[in-house]
Amino acid sequence: MTTTPKRPEPLTLERVRARLRDHRGPAFWRGLEELAGTPEFEEMLTREFPAQASVWPDGVSRRGFLGLMGASLAFGGLTACTRQPLERIVPYVDQPESIVPGKPLRFATAMTLGGYATGLLAESHMGRPTKVEGNPEHPASLGATDLFAQASVLSMYDPDRSQTVTHLGRISTWPAFLADTRKALTALDALGGARIRLLSGTVTSPSLAATIRRLLERYPRARWHQHEPAGRGGAVDGAAAAFGEAVECRYDLSRAEVVLSLDSDLLTSGPGSLRYARDFMSRRRVRPGSGSMSRLYAAETTPTATGSLADHRLPLSGGQLMLLATALAAELGAADAAPANRLGERQAAWVRTVAEDLRLHPGSSLVVAGDCAPQDLHVLAHAMNDRLGNAGSTVMYSDPVPADAGDQGGTFAELVEAMAAGEVDVLISLGSNPVYDAPADADIMAALYKVSRRIHLGPYVDETAEFSQWHVPEAHYLETWGDGRAFDGTLTLQQPLIEPLYGGKSALELVAALIDDEERSGLDLLRAEWQARTPEGEEFEGFWRRSLHDGFVPGSELPARRPRLDQDAVDRAAAELSAGESGGLELVFRPDPTVWDGRFANNGWLQECPKPLTKLTWENAALISPALAQQQGLETGDVVELVAGGRNLEAPVWVLPGQPDGSVTLHLGYGRATAGRVGSGLGVNANLLRPATAWRIGGLELRPTGARQILASTQLHHNVMPDNPEGEEAERRHLVRVGTIEEFKREPDFAQHVAHGPDPELSMFPGHDYPGYAWGLAVDLGACTGCNACVVACQAENNIPVVGKEQVAVGREMHWIRIDRYYHGDLDEPAVHHQPVMCMHCEQAPCEVVCPVGATVHSDEGLNDMVYNRCVGTRYCSNNCPYKVRRFNFLKYADTETPVLKLLRNPDVTVRTRGVMEKCTYCVQRINQARIEANVGDRKIRDGEIQTACQQVCPTRAIAFGDLNDADSEVSRWKQQPTNYALLDELGTRPRTSYLAKITNPNSELGGPPDDREPGGHHG
Amino acid sequence: MSDPLGKAPIVAPGHTAGSVTDKISSIVFERTPRWWWAAFGASFLLVMMLLHSLTKLLFTGVGIWGINIPVGWGFAIINLVWWIGIGHAGTLISAILLLLRQEWRTSINRFAEAMTLFAVACAGIFPLIHVGRPWLAYWLLPYPNTMELWPQFRSPLIWDVFAISTYATVSALFWYVGLIPDLATLRDRSVQRWKKMLFGAFAMGWRGSAVHWHNYEVAYLMLAALATPLVVSVHSVISFDFAVGQLPGWHATIFPPYFVAGAIFAGFAMVLTLSIPLRRLFRLEDFITLRHIQNMAKVMLATGLIVAYGYMTEIFMAFYSGNQFEEFMILNRIAGPYRLYWWALILTNVLAPQAIWLRKVRTSPALIFLVAMFVNVGMWLERYVIVVTSLSRDFLPSSWGTYSGTYWDWSLFIGTIGLFLALIFLFIRFLPMISIFEMRTILPGAKGNPE
Repeated sequence: MTTTPKRPEPLTLERVRARLRDHRGPAFWRGLEELAGTPEFEEMLTREFPAQASVWPDGVSRRGFLGLMGASLAFGGLTACTRQPLERIVPYVDQPESIVPGKPLRFATAMTLGGYATGLLAESHMGRPTKVEGNPEHPASLGATDLFAQASVLSMYDPDRSQTVTHLGRISTWPAFLADTRKALTALDALGGARIRLLSGTVTSPSLAATIRRLLERYPRARWHQHEPAGRGGAVDGAAAAFGEAVECRYDLSRAEVVLSLDSDLLTSGPGSLRYARDFMSRRRVRPGSGSMSRLYAAETTPTATGSLADHRLPLSGGQLMLLATALAAELGAADAAPANRLGERQAAWVRTVAEDLRLHPGSSLVVAGDCAPQDLHVLAHAMNDRLGNAGSTVMYSDPVPADAGDQGGTFAELVEAMAAGEVDVLISLGSNPVYDAPADADIMAALYKVSRRIHLGPYVDETAEFSQWHVPEAHYLETWGDGRAFDGTLTLQQPLIEPLYGGKSALELVAALIDDEERSGLDLLRAEWQARTPEGEEFEGFWRRSLHDGFVPGSELPARRPRLDQDAVDRAAAELSAGESGGLELVFRPDPTVWDGRFANNGWLQECPKPLTKLTWENAALISPALAQQQGLETGDVVELVAGGRNLEAPVWVLPGQPDGSVTLHLGYGRATAGRVGSGLGVNANLLRPATAWRIGGLELRPTGARQILASTQLHHNVMPDNPEGEEAERRHLVRVGTIEEFKREPDFAQHVAHGPDPELSMFPGHDYPGYAWGLAVDLGACTGCNACVVACQAENNIPVVGKEQVAVGREMHWIRIDRYYHGDLDEPAVHHQPVMCMHCEQAPCEVVCPVGATVHSDEGLNDMVYNRCVGTRYCSNNCPYKVRRFNFLKYADTETPVLKLLRNPDVTVRTRGVMEKCTYCVQRINQARIEANVGDRKIRDGEIQTACQQVCPTRAIAFGDLNDADSEVSRWKQQPTNYALLDELGTRPRTSYLAKITNPNSELGGPPDDREPGGHHG
Repeated sequence: MSDPLGKAPIVAPGHTAGSVTDKISSIVFERTPRWWWAAFGASFLLVMMLLHSLTKLLFTGVGIWGINIPVGWGFAIINLVWWIGIGHAGTLISAILLLLRQEWRTSINRFAEAMTLFAVACAGIFPLIHVGRPWLAYWLLPYPNTMELWPQFRSPLIWDVFAISTYATVSALFWYVGLIPDLATLRDRSVQRWKKMLFGAFAMGWRGSAVHWHNYEVAYLMLAALATPLVVSVHSVISFDFAVGQLPGWHATIFPPYFVAGAIFAGFAMVLTLSIPLRRLFRLEDFITLRHIQNMAKVMLATGLIVAYGYMTEIFMAFYSGNQFEEFMILNRIAGPYRLYWWALILTNVLAPQAIWLRKVRTSPALIFLVAMFVNVGMWLERYVIVVTSLSRDFLPSSWGTYSGTYWDWSLFIGTIGLFLALIFLFIRFLPMISIFEMRTILPGAKGNPE
């Protein structure tokens, strides 16, 4: 490209006004020149902001540079002394239907992650989406969401999002892009589009897939590559190998009595995990009289939340896990494999016991291989399920959910190869970021250099955008029309709630615009595609309206079928696996529990969300086992050089109890160079060591560098170490009460007897009287997976600020709900317990008496109210709170300057200023909303009418909230359970929040975990 | 105990009313000594540092300190309690020893009262600035307002407001009333007119008539009677900040007496710290004799023993109560992450003062100065242990944290030391640091004096 210097056109106010006249809607602008759209402003912008500066040096002379500087100074002055344009605020002439100021509206929509859709209900305040909830009717959600969906609203408003089409780093326009790209594509017509490549993540959207297919038909020799850095390659390939055809499998955990998870985190990550967690917990809730409970075994190479829920968890390196799986398959008779003679005694016993237990439950057992497990492990899992008669019962097979490109498809490796060979002229990346997340063995930069036209569609000017000639901002899912399929194939509609804030386009719109002469809106495109999906005998408009309202098409899941297992393939896989053990140290890669594959790197809520087991924030670390740490003389925070596959990477280590000795885990998603102001430069990039699509690499070497790094964790990490008081004290204080199902049957109220103290009702102070409602909350510890959805949901609902790594490191995170993690027992194989802790709303609240200004007071419904306006910030209340649930604005944490973030806020919740204490309110704004509605209807608030944000989002329904004065409310019923106990009730605070003890179902054959669990029954 | 110094005169022999007056007032009228400029200059620089830190604090917020959740209180509260404690010696010496007719107090009471006042001034800074929104700190005062909002009277912080403000008022009055006859003396001895005017204005027309003396004596005694309960009450109330909280390490009934003893302990240590160098610099050995030094050291030893008893009681009660949180708290103090502070506390507050039992130490101002310095540090450490160690590890191990002061914590603390010293230097330069007229009354042969 040549850049011929043009004479600057004089900038006139007339031009500015003219532009403003034509502009409507929420367009933000930075100065008059931007509005005037002058080339010199655009030039200046490009030069001034290095992120958008063109990579090609074009020799700006000293003279030219001075001229530019002069111009920018002059422009700066111009902005300062011009009157801002007059803006009139007028009421609606025609009141839009159903908009009542102050009352939110909810719309069904969907978010996709890794291609798979989850149905959502997005809340809109006067046209601003502020919060999403799960769509209770959607099969993948059932009303719950994961933390990514909760944080997605922040991503939408992210001021760092890309805001304009750029060409060679300079601001350009959508029409210019279209014209240029269409020209380039048609130039390749003669070749049948042979040199055109499309790169996208996994696509389940039928409309996008159909549109891409149209492009592929138009250019029959073009190819479409799907690349998902945290994808499910092993699962897809494994199913294909086991059955000889592409099939998708999904599970029904509500029918499973015995579940074996092989390196799977199915309850907290991956498609369907929300549904799986709900179904799983439906078999784990024990109440007196209902004696049965499912059992979960987990063998895993890196500790996961799913593993922490297992009744028996076995940490194994990847190699050992393969041996174990083979032995198990052989034991079950599912595969012809060598006996388990290479397994240790303990593992062999484990295999025998688990196999026996599985065999006892034909048709109601389940073997699950993880999304990150290799292909062969999946083959064995299918074989075992087949052998156990689980197919069709706990495992369902169907056609694949992701769209298939047919013979015009290809893998990422093939794309890199083709590019390197100079066979690609046009590369269109739809939301992919290969420059960052390409595996280490692909020389992606060299390959991309050979592509003459690189086009990037993405939400940020990311690593790949910087390296593309054309960049088009991608619209967020809340801004654009689309569709997708859920884990079971359910057709799900994605409905926008707002016009694209920054003028982005969706992949659907972009691809369609490249092939159609006439550009059509996303809505038109989608409707056109959905015409074909109208059920027989139904009129389209009605079908469309209903689907739009519901957010999905009920009953559209892919029909189950029974593919035939290829026994030869199973035996081959077993042979492959049993030969695979390499020994030595291995490096295991996993998608990050909070930033996934790096796409959420610029989301402060997710960055600051403590990762489930490490409670680490803002970065990743190489997780190593305590034994390995001891052997290598390493401590948490020591920086080591990881050497594997001829590459090296420096990373801090984190000593994680329960990590297998032979494995080191490194999460993806960090080490982003240009993620934005929040996410750039955090952690280390695991992709730099990752071989193509593999989740594991052997032959790892750790070389200490002697350097140390401060890692920001929200909880002391070593509360399991011997002679460390934290773990011991947690035990002695009976904070988490756990019992086995046997103990529960023997003594259902065991949890109420483990601690002895004075009667909490004894008090010198008169009690409170609650004539109306008495709000209370209960948490079922057994159902908590530690998935963090509640933490981010609370943050979104309550306008909780992000404080940054340095502040977290000194102990100033602001989360109103935290998930306390306690280890129990052995260092190498500890039991893990999660305990969500929010404000307890004590009857005799220690905070209330010590506040000198009465800023925290007891309400007549039992809430411990925080009056922000009255708070002067003595912090006495926090000091006196035994649960340490109060959070203080030590500095001005809330960002009240960035205009776009103002739109994000929940208007029903005050934004807190510096020097003010805050804490969980039981979502008092929701209580008040329900009260208003009940008062209007002249009735009492019904049970279940109020859901706190944490309760609503919880995938396993581990939280109950309601009126304690109503003996029939759900929360009252929970509190009547014999397992109900109050945290630290010996202090006499009489908390309103209580816990149901965790019940486990260990197999007596395995003798329980290495150490006895928290004893049930009397003692002391 | 037979101690020759115990019976030694309180004023060195050979002094007359005139020589006493000359000696003490000459300090005010003489040319400013060189060392004074150096010392005052250094303190003044620290005051500038204090102002800088305060500015930074008000603009940025208390987040510049090391406090966090769980350790919501840090240096600010430690320093507050430390300074208030130091301020206790003044009242004790002026009021209680006056009522007990301990005449040896005369040569140090003016000085101790001034010290009290300045210590309370330093202490008073902290409650104002330690809150998150200092511009609203006046909400702690019960003032009528249209919203009919009152402070929450159950909170010990409200009691603090009253305790500290009462104490500051009574101390200031007591000091000022005691100064009036001496101000008149200075007025009479001033040569320059402006000095005469200034001292005269503050002397409030004192002419030394019998009626004046009579009124003065009554007022002074009444103020002493008023101030006496304050010696006990102020630090008791301060201790309620902790004792009312339910935190292990705070929630103890021993706190009020143990805090009061600690305060007197700290106060005497500070009086010694200041008077030993000053008597040397201003050649006041005749008035602040070794007997004074020794008496103060003995009071320090006695109160130090009470404090040590308090520590023992805390440890004993933790185990005797069988309360696991208390037990853990003590073990955590002794062996937890802040164990160095605790052991340093035992060294400085419990072991070091025991040296006073030795006559050799007792009769050496230098060694007593050293012990007093230990105690100054020790009393600060005591508050650090109480505030930080208890907060950092309370009930839920998941919420345990660590704390360390930042630059701003230290600069504010050292800045108040600078303020304290600067005020002391101004005081000794411009006002009689020993009560002239009271010294005259205790001279041998003075009226009513048996000797």
